[in-house]
Amino acid sequence: MLSIKNLCAKIGDNQILNGIDLEVKPGEIHAIMGPNGSGKSTLASVLAGREEFEVTDGSVEFLGKDLLAMSPDERAREGIFMAFQYPVEIPGVSTVNFMKTAVNQVRTHRGLPALDAVSFLSLMKEKMKLVDIDQSLLNRSLNEGFSGGEKKRNEIFQLAMLDPRLAILDETDSGLDIDALRIVADGVNKLMTKDKSIIVVTHYQRLLEYIVPDFVHVLYKGKIVKSGGKELALELEAKGYDWVKDSVAA
Amino acid sequence: MTTNAIDTNPTLLGVSSGAIDSIPSLATLRDETFRHLQEVGFPGPKNEEYKYTPLTRALEKLSLDDQEGTGTVNLADYAIPDLDATVVAFVNEKCVTSLPETEGLIVKPLQEALSEGKGINHFAKIVDAQSDAFVAWNTLAWTYGFYIEVPAGKTLTKPLVILHVSDGAVRKAARNLIVVGRNAQCTVIQMFASTGKGASYVNVVTEGFVDENARLDLYAIQADMPGQIQFNQTRVLQKDNSRVNSYAFTLGGKLVRNNLALALDGQGCESHMYGLYLLNGDTHADNHTVVDHIKPNSFSNELYKGIMDDTSRGVFNGKIYVRPNAQKTNAFQSNRNILLSTDAKVNTKPQLEIWADDVKCSHGCTTGQIDEDALFYLMARGIPRSTARAMLLYAFAGETIDAVSLPPVQQYLAQRVSQRLQRNDF
Ligand SMILES: Nc1ncnc2c1ncn2[C@@H]1O[C@H](COP(=O)(O)OP(=O)(O)OP(=O)(O)O)[C@@H](O)[C@H]1O
Ligand SMILES: [Mg+2]
Repeated sequence: MLSIKNLCAKIGDNQILNGIDLEVKPGEIHAIMGPNGSGKSTLASVLAGREEFEVTDGSVEFLGKDLLAMSPDERAREGIFMAFQYPVEIPGVSTVNFMKTAVNQVRTHRGLPALDAVSFLSLMKEKMKLVDIDQSLLNRSLNEGFSGGEKKRNEIFQLAMLDPRLAILDETDSGLDIDALRIVADGVNKLMTKDKSIIVVTHYQRLLEYIVPDFVHVLYKGKIVKSGGKELALELEAKGYDWVKDSVAA
Repeated sequence: MTTNAIDTNPTLLGVSSGAIDSIPSLATLRDETFRHLQEVGFPGPKNEEYKYTPLTRALEKLSLDDQEGTGTVNLADYAIPDLDATVVAFVNEKCVTSLPETEGLIVKPLQEALSEGKGINHFAKIVDAQSDAFVAWNTLAWTYGFYIEVPAGKTLTKPLVILHVSDGAVRKAARNLIVVGRNAQCTVIQMFASTGKGASYVNVVTEGFVDENARLDLYAIQADMPGQIQFNQTRVLQKDNSRVNSYAFTLGGKLVRNNLALALDGQGCESHMYGLYLLNGDTHADNHTVVDHIKPNSFSNELYKGIMDDTSRGVFNGKIYVRPNAQKTNAFQSNRNILLSTDAKVNTKPQLEIWADDVKCSHGCTTGQIDEDALFYLMARGIPRSTARAMLLYAFAGETIDAVSLPPVQQYLAQRVSQRLQRNDF
C-alpha cells in the first residue's frame, strides 16, 4: 500500500527527516512513537503533501503511484487521510459546508456518483453516530471555539465521511477524555477493513490498547531507530526513550 | 455635449446643460457653485482626499470618441431574480420605464419636483455643493435623477430599484433626493451597469433625509460596468431614533470613488454600513466613508471588506467624528483586506476624531493574504486548490453579504460573488 524509501525532508535550512524507510501493507496498523520534535508530524505532513516541507531525497509509493508527484488534494482523492495534530480554525466555513464538496470530489474520483443533499445528509447522520458528534458542532465555523476534544472528534468524523485507504492519525488521542478516546477508537476500528491501513502517531500506550498496532516504530531525529511489535509500546511506556537514544548513540 | 476627452476646466464642462439652470430659485446656488468650481478646480495629486485616487487625471485621459452605444439595452439582464421591486431604469440620461405610482410614494424627476418647490429645503443642503469639486460639478451638470418622498407612517413593501445603464461612451451626472418621513420606511437600490467595454463617466450624488423613527436601506451595486469611471457621493441626515443601513458592493468598473457619509443628527440613531469590494484586472475602487455623531446616544457600525487580485487597487478611508455633544456614542469600524497578488494594493486608513469623553469607539484594519494553513487543510480533504481558495475567500467576503436584509438581494449577491471567486482567472 505505502512504501517509503530513504525519505529526507527539510524546512528552510532545517533538515528534519533523515532517511525514513517504512513499508505499510493493506490491513496493517503501524504505530509511530518518539520524543517531541523527532519529526512525526513532519512525516505525516510530507505524506499529506504539505508544500512547506521540501523533500530532499527518497521516494514514496502509494498504491503503486508516485505519491510525491501528487498535490495534496490528489493524494486525498487517491485515499490518503491525515487527521491533524493541530486542526486549523477556518472562520466562515462549516464542516458540513466543505465536507459536501470534499465527499463528492472523492466520490467522483472513485467513479461513484455525487451524493445529492438527501443522501449526503443520511451519510452524515450515520457517521455522526459513529463518532458521537453533534450536528450543531458541524454547522459552526470549522474548529472556531471548539474544545480540544471536539476538534479531534471532528477530524475522525471527516475520516469516516471520506473513507480513505490509508489513515494517518497524528496524536488524535491528545485532548480526548477517557470516554471520547474509546468512542473515537471504536469508530476507527469499525472503519478498518483488510484493504485499509492506519498509521497512528501517539505518545501513549492507552490509544494502542484500543487501536492495536501490528508494528510499533520509534522515530528519533528524523529516522526510524527501532521497530517492533505491540509490546514495544509497553516497553517504551515503562522505560521512556533514553535507552533507545542510548542505543542509537552507541 | 462634446465627446472629446473631458476638459477639467470648469468653463468647458458643458455644464450649461444642467437641469439646475431651469430652476429659478436655485440660480444663486448655481452661480456660487460655478464660481467656486472655477476657483478651486478639480483635485490634483497633492489633494489629501484624492491622493490614492487620481480621478481628475483619469477624467482628463478619458476618451469618449468612437464608442457607439448598442441602442438595445435589455433591462432583464440586470434584474435581481425573485425580487419584487419597483424598477425605474435609465439608459444614459433617458428614463426607459414609466414612473411608479405605488403605495402613496412620490417618485418624480428631481427637476420637476424642485420646480414645484418640493425638496427645495433639502436640495444641496445635505450635501454641500462646495464640499468636493466633483459634487460641485454634479450640482451644475446633473440632467436626471429622482425625488423620492415616502410620506410619514408609510412602509414601502417593495424596494425601489434605480438602474443606471451607460450605453456607449457617455458622460452623465445624476442627482437624487430621498426624503423619508416620520415612522416611514423604504429601501432604495441603485444599480450601475454599462454595455460593452466602453468608457463612460457617471457622477451620482444622492441626498437622503431620514426623519424621526424612520428607516432607510440604501444599496449601491456596482457590478457590470467595465470601463466605467464613477464618482458616487451619498450623504444621509438622520433624525432621532432613525435607522439607516447602507450596502456598497463594488464588483467591477475601471475607477470607482464612493463617498458615503451618514450624519447622525439625532439621538437613538442606528447606522450600519457594509461594503465589499472585489477587484481584479486594473480596477481601482476607493471608499471614503464618514460617520458623523452629532448628538448623544447613537450607535454606528461599519464593516468593509476587500479582495484585490491582479493589479487592482483598493482604498478605504473611514472617518468617525464624535462631536462634543455626542456623549454615550457607540461607534465601531472594521476594514479587512486580502491581497491575492503581489501587484495588488490596498491603502486603508481609519480616522477617528472624538471630542466627547463618554463614548465607546473602536476601529481595526487588517491586510493579509489567503491563509495557507486553511488552504492546505481543505486540500488535504480532497478539495482542489481553486475550489478551496474560492471557499475561503467567500467565507471572508460572506460576512458583508450575510448582512443584507433582503433575501433575494442577498442570494443575488452571494451567487455573483461566489461565481466570481470560483473562476480560476480571478
Ligand atoms: N514550520 C516549521 N519551521 C521550522 N521548523 C519546524 C517547522 N515545523 C516543524 N519544525 C521542526 O521540526 C522538528 C520536528 O517537528 P515535528 O512537529 O515533526 O515533531 P513531532 O515529532 O511531531 O513532535 P511532537 O511529539 O511534539 O508533536 C521540530 O524540531 C520542529 O521545531
Ligand atoms: Mg507532532
